[in-house]
Amino acid sequence: MSDEIILKIENLTKRFGGVTAVDQISFDLRQGEFLGLIGPNGSGKTTLINLITGFVKPTAGKITYRDQEITGKAPYTIACLGISRSFQMVRTFHKLPAFKNLIVPLYSPRVKKFGGGKYGERDDIAIDLLDDLGFERDSFVPYKVAGSLPHGYLKRLDLARCIALRPDLLILDELFSGMAMSEVAATLPMIEKFNREGLTIIMAEHRLKELFRVASRVIVLNFGQKIADGPPKEAMGKEEVQKAYLGTEVEG
Amino acid sequence: MEEAVRYRRERIDRGIKARSDTIYTLASSRDMLYLLFPRVLPIVALFCLPLLMGGSYWGKVIFYSCIFALLALSWDFMASVGLVSLGQALFFGAGSYVAGGFNHYLKWPMLLTIPAATLGGALICTILLVPVVRLRGVYFSMVTLILPLLFAHLIETLEILGGTHGLLSLTPFPNHWLAVYIAVIAVVIVLFGFRRLINEDFGLVLRGIKDDDRVVMAGGINIYWYKAQAIFISAAVGSFAGALMTHYYQFVGRSAFALDYTILPLAGAVVGGPGSFAGATLGSFILVPLSEALRALGGLRMALYGIILIAALAVLPEGIFHYIERKYHQFERVVKI
Repeated sequence: MSDEIILKIENLTKRFGGVTAVDQISFDLRQGEFLGLIGPNGSGKTTLINLITGFVKPTAGKITYRDQEITGKAPYTIACLGISRSFQMVRTFHKLPAFKNLIVPLYSPRVKKFGGGKYGERDDIAIDLLDDLGFERDSFVPYKVAGSLPHGYLKRLDLARCIALRPDLLILDELFSGMAMSEVAATLPMIEKFNREGLTIIMAEHRLKELFRVASRVIVLNFGQKIADGPPKEAMGKEEVQKAYLGTEVEG
Repeated sequence: MEEAVRYRRERIDRGIKARSDTIYTLASSRDMLYLLFPRVLPIVALFCLPLLMGGSYWGKVIFYSCIFALLALSWDFMASVGLVSLGQALFFGAGSYVAGGFNHYLKWPMLLTIPAATLGGALICTILLVPVVRLRGVYFSMVTLILPLLFAHLIETLEILGGTHGLLSLTPFPNHWLAVYIAVIAVVIVLFGFRRLINEDFGLVLRGIKDDDRVVMAGGINIYWYKAQAIFISAAVGSFAGALMTHYYQFVGRSAFALDYTILPLAGAVVGGPGSFAGATLGSFILVPLSEALRALGGLRMALYGIILIAALAVLPEGIFHYIERKYHQFERVVKI
């Protein structure tokens, strides 16, 4: 982890009508950091991710990525700067073979800039990438139509789609939801490896035990507000966090 | 108690079939024929039909079918990017008027007007549609429906480009054969070209935009730029059809923006089976001759035409081509349960 700040968020706010989904959130993210983003359902995790990646325009606040303001920029512009995201709900092109799903990011200006992914090479790059993520290249799995694959594979396909963009910052929105324990156990080391190789990661997750094994820092959200920020143990020890998670308002 | 013997239909893929999109097993010349036949048949049919019909009335119908097939292909291409167009008449009319205008006012020969109309018409249509490319679904369709009507009214009220009289006595094709074979070759090129293009990486991106534009955006791709490119390609094909028709008629008028050029290609694509391009072509080659054959019925023509359309959609909602394709690749047998 270096001291360079890769992402700086200042007083970010998003209101949907009367509801404030994200309320005055500020934090810095350093290069190589592994940040966990947690909070009860509806606490604003996904909205925060949508704001950073440009899918939702903020009501107020400022997002800076590598000294460049990206507030309100188009999602594809932000993606080409190196911020790649996964989706909470599985979103794959289910009529295409699994590896063809990766053609879209491989076709992007960002990957072209790196010199990879020329005509006719993209299929091979896609298969290599999937092989790294546990789609055995000698099996039929990478060639199967995505819609026929089990949920765990689709989640990993989404992860592969993010990695194919060669991101500098990877944002995972509940990657593990709906995955079997064995699948999580197989995927976790892959993500750890990406982080060790220098990839900065933000991971919104409900499966805290798995998250805390890899995340060095967590931010806890509740009703759109940041209620804790720090190492997992410290953050979870806070009374406010325990209240938000367990609702420990015992009376009498 | 005696149990009734029940039967069920079982569908089995024929022995040779692509295992996936990339792995093929070609074992024998029989297998090669199996794959070649459906590709060669339409080409042979398209080249032979004009010869069989000659320069007669039905020879002209072949030409019209080709024009509508081109429009249907152009509709299907836009639909495969998720842009449902109700304005093929816009493409057709733009091409018609660009070709007609250059020929009438500047006396350009046909060899120049047709390419100029293809590119110029496509450019005009793309510029007109780019501002609304962010609209989705029915909102985009509405705009495409209005634009050709707008042009027809502009030409009528401002009396530009010949006004209500249109542009007359344009350069004709030297003979019927040249016209019809240019149209046939164009249909073959566009049909096989589109089928190829949509499976290339560029085509996969376009199909991705239809399936889920958010994922494509997250993949760093400017979907509006790609939609604009798709509109340009589609409009070029439609404008080319318009230019051909203009020189064939030796006339261009407001009718080039008529609703017919929107509805018939759309019906052709839907009856034939959208999404395959072959369906759009097949549908046009069924509907256009059918509509001509019904001409003898006079007033009842459109009513019967409508009934046939509805019946076709009710019986084969997937489209004629998809039905034939399925029957070709699978056989059914009845098995006892």
